[in-house]
Amino acid sequence: MIQVFFQYQFLTYTLYTGLMIGLIAPIIGVFLVVRRLSLISDALSHITLSGIAFSLLLGRHYIFFSTLNPIYMGMIFSVGGALFIEKLRNVYRYYKELAIPIILSAGIGIGVVFISLANGFNNDLFQYLFGSVVAIRQSDFELIRFITVIVIILFILFYKEWFYLSFDEDQAVVSGIPKKTLHVLFIVVVALVIAASMRIVGILLVSSLMTLPVAAAMRWAKGFKQMFFYSIVFAEVSVLLGLISAFHLELAPGGTIVMISVLILLVSILLTKKRTT
Amino acid sequence: MTKHISPYAIEINNVSFSYGQRNVLQDIHLKIPQGSFLGLVGPNGSGKSTLIKCILGLNTPNKGEIKLFGETVEKFHHWSEIGFVSQKANSFNSGFPATVYEVVSMGLYGKVGLFRFLNKKHKLKVFDAINKVGMGDYIHQNIGELSGGQQQRVFIARALVSDPKLLILDEPTVGVDAKSVKNFYLMLKKLNVENGMTLILVTHDIGAMTEYITDVACLNKCLHFHGGTNEFVENQEEMISSMYGHDVQILTHNHDHDHDHVHDHDDYDHELGRSSS
Repeated sequence: MIQVFFQYQFLTYTLYTGLMIGLIAPIIGVFLVVRRLSLISDALSHITLSGIAFSLLLGRHYIFFSTLNPIYMGMIFSVGGALFIEKLRNVYRYYKELAIPIILSAGIGIGVVFISLANGFNNDLFQYLFGSVVAIRQSDFELIRFITVIVIILFILFYKEWFYLSFDEDQAVVSGIPKKTLHVLFIVVVALVIAASMRIVGILLVSSLMTLPVAAAMRWAKGFKQMFFYSIVFAEVSVLLGLISAFHLELAPGGTIVMISVLILLVSILLTKKRTT
Repeated sequence: MTKHISPYAIEINNVSFSYGQRNVLQDIHLKIPQGSFLGLVGPNGSGKSTLIKCILGLNTPNKGEIKLFGETVEKFHHWSEIGFVSQKANSFNSGFPATVYEVVSMGLYGKVGLFRFLNKKHKLKVFDAINKVGMGDYIHQNIGELSGGQQQRVFIARALVSDPKLLILDEPTVGVDAKSVKNFYLMLKKLNVENGMTLILVTHDIGAMTEYITDVACLNKCLHFHGGTNEFVENQEEMISSMYGHDVQILTHNHDHDHDHVHDHDDYDHELGRSSS
């Protein structure tokens, strides 16, 4: 079943890209979930959509953009949106969660306007919304490989600081950890991971790979390090089974990956009934 | 490590602080010598926690200056020499997936610094600190599975693991049973006497601890009293009525410590009496 992924170059790219995303999405997801920021991934994925729509629109008028991978523009929008969320969280100090619906609706609004300007939906856009097994290009693979390396390095370097800030911000600041810099760095990494994952699972389901495996891991993990272990295992299993079944059943991989994640989550809840998290 | 020329752990000069229009602290002068064990007492909303936040650099005073070991807070860099156990420790996100070991390790993160990792020596220190507070049997348990008193001991271990010269505790015994409270005070006394650690304990329950502390400071927006514990006990009635600003009756109960108890109409009963017992 999986052999076919090694027979065709483009499927091999899809497989490796999927596995890389199955690694970095839950890593970032663990921090997002314990900080109660999991909705940020939804907001950022929608702003990524505007970036992609913008790039597709520009592609109709300028040769340069028609050859450029739209993921770059999506990434720029995503990082911009992330920084804007941070700004908004400071403006509405007592209503911090307000930043998320603002960016989310702004993202869809701008995206829809760009889409209509570009004369409506086409197949390309559909693939961005729900993910695709066959759409991964070499340039996607290379970009996502680069992002994966960056994320892993930052994760190793700043694991202890991000852990401390997530657990107890005041104490972390008192101990001399530079909160602002590390937080902005983190949110930029989130934006990059979202833009990267979108190719496989699609914009509408990006947040699933960051939250569902983490939610399942929470039922099993003893300690923070184990959270990463379980989340990554669950995410990789979902990606692998999801991609294979999507290819053979000709489904959008986003949906199948999410369905398998949900299944893992339900089984985890059933098997760990006693725990309250 | 560092040269501490100042005989004072903390010097507060003419500090005022307000939240918007509301004045919380007014013209506070307070010098805390190294090696003392200070009880900082005052009713709810008297600005105790605000003052602590100013000392820790989490709040910036509108007026005045605070020095830590002879250096202004802005220029102070040796934050690992200051241990802090916050009031919030009682209401932290108790579902956070972190083990006792992981939580106590955090106490070393500031000292170890960015881009560096914990080594064997650090790990031994973590084990030491956990054993010191008697939590050795729970080292790989999730923090959320422990009782309030046990969690508090873990947070003390986290504050102690970096060998601080100054330990600040904000209402550390809220939600801890009476028996553990006594052992807890004895442990602090030992740190003060044997290790020469400067301690500040914020509380509204001064009665239970007069036999452990060396100095008392009474705060209610302004500083009403600062002096030795004996002096405070002798003039307790005066102190308390001046601090609360209206008539309060003092009733003497014969509890195990045989300390004065304060009774008011009813609001302050809770704040000065042994509210938890």
